Amino acid sequence: MRYTVRPGLYAVGLPTERSDVLVTANYKLSFDMVRRELKGLNVWLLVLDTKGINVWCAAGKKTFGTAELVCRIGSSGLAGRVTHRCIIVPQLGAPGIDAAAVQRETGFRVLYGPVEAKDIAAYIRMGYRKTDAMRTVHFRFRDRLVLTPMEVRPALRYYGYFALVVLVFFGVAPEGILFKQALQGAGPLLICGLAAVFAGAVLTPAALPVLPFRAFSLKGMVAGLLTMALVQWGTPLLHGVQGAMTGAVWLLCPAASSWFGLQFTGSTTYTNMSGVQRELQIGIRLYIGAVVVAALLIGIAKAQL
Amino acid sequence: MKYLANVVSLELMAEKCTGCGRCVEVCPHGVFVLEDRRAAITDRDRCMECGACALNCAFGALQVNAGVGCAQAIIHSMIYGGEPTCDCSGPAQGPRSCC
Repeated sequence: MRYTVRPGLYAVGLPTERSDVLVTANYKLSFDMVRRELKGLNVWLLVLDTKGINVWCAAGKKTFGTAELVCRIGSSGLAGRVTHRCIIVPQLGAPGIDAAAVQRETGFRVLYGPVEAKDIAAYIRMGYRKTDAMRTVHFRFRDRLVLTPMEVRPALRYYGYFALVVLVFFGVAPEGILFKQALQGAGPLLICGLAAVFAGAVLTPAALPVLPFRAFSLKGMVAGLLTMALVQWGTPLLHGVQGAMTGAVWLLCPAASSWFGLQFTGSTTYTNMSGVQRELQIGIRLYIGAVVVAALLIGIAKAQL
Repeated sequence: MKYLANVVSLELMAEKCTGCGRCVEVCPHGVFVLEDRRAAITDRDRCMECGACALNCAFGALQVNAGVGCAQAIIHSMIYGGEPTCDCSGPAQGPRSCC
């Protein structure tokens, strides 16, 4: 499947030389959504080459950027199509576009439109004015939930490596690899690993606003502790598990969930680089410490078997 | 929802501000308002450091250490060097000419 649209100037409806000019990315889903929202209007749509990436992400990389916009205005012959000198760029393209430079180099004045395509028609009708809601990025339950598969997938990959390592560790005996011993010994760790994937990659994104603390590592840790409590006292899965192994699962699950929770920063609309750097500076030492202590406890647990 | 308190690198040099309102127009989190024909920061903890305001301020009144608030990108840049970027979807192409 190709998710790109050919860059260039497109007509929506029957635009004239006085029609508005809107700018978008050549990601097919963005393009189709914008076209759908523009139904009934007569406007020009200038599509930039962002390599099939959406406006906001491409703006961060500067592929939805000043150079591309200036070039595309030139190569599309826009100046000959319209008599006015104004273009409407999506607000989320602003991290990539220097409006003053565009005007200097092309003569076109940049207006930043609404965040979402569904507000374009209202924005134009209101005389190119945005309400506060139109300029604000939201992060609703629905928005977060659709992202969880993208969190679960990499988390399950980590889980696969983890499962392999602990199974081999518990299975290895002087007599060779014993499968029964592997499953018996590693069982609680496999369960707490799955609990951590659920807590960090599903519960943390879904319950983000109700989890305490602002730091994602702490939100993830709380989710991990809650899930662990549920597994320990709400299910029979860990019955009979004791001593060093109990310590290992109660240490590993919240730590891994915290790590998965921290990964969700990449999908959110409101975290910033300075904050994530701060979380990592403190967090990485704790994660390494937790893994070292848990490894020792797992070693003791095997010796006790 | 707000992220960590007092970490944001956003700086407003009010003496350079002309009150054009570009920052209000581009900020996706309503960090700026116009007060007495000058921009003012209402709640800096809401800033996500996308860099839109600083890039679009024609008067150099805004400064921010722009980048992605993504753990994976930051870890990647710690290990391999370079700026943290959104490269999950393939390597960055960088600005290039279309013509």
